[in-house]
This record gives sequence, C-alpha cells and structure tokens, in this order.
Amino acid sequence: MLRDLLGLVINLDLLDRYGWRFLDGVVVTAQLVTISFILGGVLGLLLGLARLSENLALRWFSGAYIYFFRGSPLLAQLFLLYYGLGSLRGFWTDVGLWWFFREAWYCALLAFTLNTAAYQAEIFRGGIQAVPRGQREAAAALGMHNAIIFAKVVFPQAMIVALRPLGNELILMVKASAIASLVTIYDLMGVTKLAFSRSYNFELYLWAAVLYLIIVECIRRLWAVLERRLTRHLKMGESQPVQAGWLSRMTKSALKPNA
Amino acid sequence: MYKTLLAAGICILGMTSLASAQMKKEIVIASEGAYPPFNFMDSNNKLQGFDIDIANALCEKMQVKCTIVAQDWDGIIPALLAKKFDAIVASMTITDERKQQVEFTDRYYRTPLSLAVPKDSPIKDTSVASLKGKTVGAQSSTTQSIYAEDTYGKGGADAKLYPTQDEANADLANGRLDAAVADKFVLVEWLKNSGKDCCKLLGDIEGTMSEAGIAIRKEDKELKAALNKAIKDIVADGTYKKIQDKYFAFDIY
Amino acid sequence: MQDILSLLSFSDGGWGTALAAGTLVTLSLALTTLPVGLFLGLGVALMARSNSPRLRAIATVFTTIFRGLPELLTLLIVYYGGQILIQRLMAAMGFEAQIQINAFLAGVIAFGLVLAAFSSEVWVGALNTIARGQYEAASALGLTKWLSFRLVVFPQLMRAALPGLSNNWLTLLKDTSLISTISLVDIMRQTNLAVGATKQPMVFYLTACFLYLILSAGSGFAFAFLERRANRGHVRG
Repeated sequence: MLRDLLGLVINLDLLDRYGWRFLDGVVVTAQLVTISFILGGVLGLLLGLARLSENLALRWFSGAYIYFFRGSPLLAQLFLLYYGLGSLRGFWTDVGLWWFFREAWYCALLAFTLNTAAYQAEIFRGGIQAVPRGQREAAAALGMHNAIIFAKVVFPQAMIVALRPLGNELILMVKASAIASLVTIYDLMGVTKLAFSRSYNFELYLWAAVLYLIIVECIRRLWAVLERRLTRHLKMGESQPVQAGWLSRMTKSALKPNA
Repeated sequence: MYKTLLAAGICILGMTSLASAQMKKEIVIASEGAYPPFNFMDSNNKLQGFDIDIANALCEKMQVKCTIVAQDWDGIIPALLAKKFDAIVASMTITDERKQQVEFTDRYYRTPLSLAVPKDSPIKDTSVASLKGKTVGAQSSTTQSIYAEDTYGKGGADAKLYPTQDEANADLANGRLDAAVADKFVLVEWLKNSGKDCCKLLGDIEGTMSEAGIAIRKEDKELKAALNKAIKDIVADGTYKKIQDKYFAFDIY
Repeated sequence: MQDILSLLSFSDGGWGTALAAGTLVTLSLALTTLPVGLFLGLGVALMARSNSPRLRAIATVFTTIFRGLPELLTLLIVYYGGQILIQRLMAAMGFEAQIQINAFLAGVIAFGLVLAAFSSEVWVGALNTIARGQYEAASALGLTKWLSFRLVVFPQLMRAALPGLSNNWLTLLKDTSLISTISLVDIMRQTNLAVGATKQPMVFYLTACFLYLILSAGSGFAFAFLERRANRGHVRG
C-alpha cells in the first residue's frame, strides 16, 4: 500500500536497487561534515586567537593561512592534498604517515578541516572582537586569570555572536562535501553519480537534491533550537537594549527563529 | 506566432545550433581526452590519439566535416542522448547495458581487460580469490568499473572508482591501489611511459575480450550505416593499419 | 626548480599559455554570471519584500532550494536536466530543432541561480537600510519612479550592499572551478590536464591555488575602489 503510493512519485525499481546505497551515502556525508566541522572548529578557534594575538609572527601566519584557504577553491585544495601530497609516498613512508595519506577518506577529512578552519577562524575573530572591552576589564578587576576570563566571560559572549555564522558555515560545508565524490568517496553525491552511471536515469539526481535539501533543513531547524537555548538568558531583556551597538542587534536577530 | 516568438527567444539567448534532422554534412564527435593512447590532450589542449585519428579518417571517408569535442566520461552518454553531439569515438565498449540507451556501430578494435599491479605486489593472478581484501581501482562508468564492482567487489575486494583513468593510474603509482583494472592497451601504454618505474602488467582477465564501437543515438540509422561502411573502407584500404602502427606494435582490430 | 619553471613557461612544451587561457575562461564565466545573478537576486529580493504572499512564497522556495543544494549538483542538474527539459519543451511545441546547452551556458545558469539566491539576502538587507522618507522625499521633489530609484535609492543601496556582494563575488569566483567537471577548460580543468600529462600534481595544483588567489586579490582591489566611490557622498560618524 505504502509502496504503491511511493510508486506514484519515484521509480520503485530504482529504489530497490539503490535505496540503501543512498542512505549509506547520506551517512558518509554526515560523518565527513560532522568530523571536519568539529576539528575545523578547534583549529579555527586557535587561528582566530592567533589572529588577535600580540605576537607578530602568529598574526602573520594565521593571516596568510586564512587568506590562502579562503581565497582558493576547495576543489583545488582537495586535489592538492590528495594527488599532490599523495604523490610524495616515499616521504610519508619515512615519517610514518603514509597510512594517513593513503586513504582518500583521511585526505578529504583533512582538506575539509583545513578549509573550514579558515572560515571559522574569521567567525570566531569577529565574535571575540564584538565582546566589549569593558567586559574583559571588569573581569580583570575582579581578579580573574586571563584563561578564566576567556573561558567564562569572553568566549560565551563571543559564541552568541558566532552562532549564526557558524550555522551558515556548517550548511556550506554540507554542500561543499559533494566534491569528495571526485576522489573516490561514496558520499551522497558519489553514490548518486555511481547509480546514474549505471542506470542513466536522471531521477537519481532529483533524489539527491531532495536529500540534500532535507539535510540542510534539518540543520537549520536544529540550529534554531540551539540558538534559542543558548540565548534564553537574553530573552528577558529583549524589550530594552541589552547592550548598545550591533551586538544587541545580532543577538536579537538570533532570537527570532528562522529569521 | 507565440510559439515562434518563444523559440526565437530561446535561440537569441545563445543556446542554439539548429541542424536538420537528415544525414548531416557536419557532425560533432565527442571523445574524452584522458585515456591515452586512445584519446588524450596535448599541451596545446588539442585532442590526440588513436580514437581521434580513426574519427578523422572516418569523416574523410564519409566526406563530412567533423568537429571533435572533449567531454568528460561520466556524462558522455547523457550528453549524446541530449544531442550535444552526434557520435562518441572514445574507446567505448559495446555492452548490453549501454545498448539500451544508444546504438553502436561495428567494432573498430578489440581488447581484453587487464590488471596492473605494483612491481613488488604479492598478487599472483587476476582471479577473484587473489584480489580478496585488496583495493582495486577503475574508471567509473566503464565496463571495467562494473567488473571491479560486481566481480572483484562481490569477491571481497574494495572497488574505488575514479572520474578518469589518469587518476586511477596516478593512485596505483602512488600506492593507494593494490591493482588497477582497465583495457589492456591503455595499461600497456601507461606501463611504457610514466608507469614503467612503479608497476607491471599482471595479465589479462579471462573472458573479458570486448569490442569498442562508436556510439550514436538510436534514431540515427543513416549515420550508423555510413559509419559502418567507413570502418570497413579504412580497414580495407590500409588507412586503419597506418593509424594502428602509429600507436601499437600489434594488431588490435 | 629549472624544470618547474620550464613547465610553467609560455614556450613550447610549457603550460603557461594553457593556464593563461584557462584563467581567461574562469574570468569570463564569472563575469558573465555576475550581472545575471545580481539582477535575478535583486528581483528575488523585491519579491521577498512584496505585499503579495504568493510572490513572497516563491522567493522563499527559490532561496531555500538554491542555497541548500550543493553547487556541483545544481550544475549537473542544469547541464543534463536542462537539456532534457528543453528538448521536451521544443518537442511538445512541435519543433524539430536541436538546442544545445553548452558547458559555459550551463555554468552561467547554474551559478547565476546560486548567486541570485545568496545575493538576494544581501539586497534585502540593503533595501531595509533605506528609509521610507527617502522615497517620499524623492516623489515630493517630483522625480519619477525610475529617476528616484536611479538617483536616490540606487546609490544608497549600493553603499549598503557592496560589502556583501563582494563576498558573493569571491564565492562565485571559486565555485566556477566546479565547471571543470563538465569539461569546460577553465583553470581547474587545464590544471588537471597538465597534471595528467606531466605527473607533477604538486606544482600544478599549487599554481592553480595561486591563480585563484591572484584573481581574489585583484577583485579585492576593485571592490575597495568601488566601495570608496559608493561612500564618497557619505559622511562618517
């Protein structure tokens, strides 16, 4: 009965042949994006801090890093890592890292991590800079250590500003992950191409489109819930300005679901 | 009137190339450009290779003007069906699966599938059992990719598929693959050149002798007849042998 | 080192000329897409702000789809699906003609749709910065609708939109590299060909990255100039 209904919109024969593979593809895409987004977040935070540090060399390095990874296409970076670094087998064997560069999966993870780190670094930098100086000074006046000030005062406030752009970056990563299919990974796009190359049925591309839209929509909803939770302490103050300037505008817009 | 205007509008948008439905004076042929020695790009970005020479010889015989364009392999059949070009001369193996979509001419060469492995490889032969637990690479959307997936893959090998043969070769040389499966002559050519330091030919895969033909759309019967006649003609008058000798030291027809 | 330089040289056997040609293709694809995407995006933005719920719904669906789909998928759908669609349309209207969507045009359409979806958000934000009073004052001065848009609204709109649009442009520039997968010979495709022929992936992929960096830096200067120009009537503070 359900099958009959399903048969009205999609080709059941195709579904039997490729349905499970598509689900596998969704799982691979989800893993690829989740892992590289989290690792990229850690690296990105470090780079963002380096960008704001007083050490000239650190500032310069993180600036160059961010410029390189934001200024060139992820596709070129992926090929550079996979085929470029992958061609130096002797070297990697000597340093004991060949097991890593041998696998397309690790190469893709590394490329995506390095790439998203550059974008997340800029997001974190913006968030940290948006925290008013007075907050830091007040915390210092209370006798807090620098590390504690950052962890307890600056970072939570920076995250509120960073949350929305981070959500956008996560969605961009989901979309960008489709190019992993070009280096033999069977993510959602890879599975789609494989199935298409054997059946030549264009419908498969539409399945992929719908699945990607579902993933993106899920992330958007999840993020809205997350934002509401993380900013619930600001809700009381919504009628009057919490803080002057654009920070309060940002947080207010963050409070609106699906804004 | 409305329809005409609409059609004219689409044309003005630059999407057009109107052509008559009959046997044309001009045909567009597609090849790939990453499958040496059959088709590849030189540094001037020109298509070269056995397929290209054959295509040009056929056009000369048929006395039609030919344009040869490069098309990525994954999309080559969909693009033919979408009338982006009229024929594919790109070492395409004639298979039943493809015959459901397109029409093939008679063969213009024959090849078995072969397996290439690194020189120090422990793999002894091309049997499914020997490849168990190994990583086998092939170009996607090809007969060898289906073989890698359905035969080696079902026997416990990990099949990795690449957009081009060049990339699969690169990964065999890099050591990411334990074996690469492809048309024999392609592997032979690669092992003569950039692959000679790393890898060797393990041998042919039994029962995989297959024929390469020119793919055209099912409705283009006239073109098929003309191409078949031209293939016969170039084989008969020695043009074929001349082209073959340029690339191979043995008979591939 | 010598070898690498000769690989990248413009002489015979070097890939310099080929890479330069690829760069031109990348640039012309991005520059052709830019006005298409920006105008479409402005249209979508106006729809999103309109009073008609239907128009607003269309704008939402449009942006949701094209912001949510991977660019690679959008490109393939336009390239293969667009062709099938047009073929069917023409057949339904009784035409025998063959219409081609070549890779370049598919790129302009696909990237144009993506750019429209992303830039529409920038346009909406910029339109929101223009106070109602501006329109009213313009009409009080007796300006026609078109003149008030051109002389009053547009200059202010550009000032607010330029930073966002410059981001959109940089994304577009990098996204065009995906066109290499449907065999338009841009920087990326040319690089793949060079790698296939020379077996020097490090050299050529790095070169490709730097070519894109140069293009980004160049457009950075152009946008800085445009922003200065757009801001010239604006007093800070």
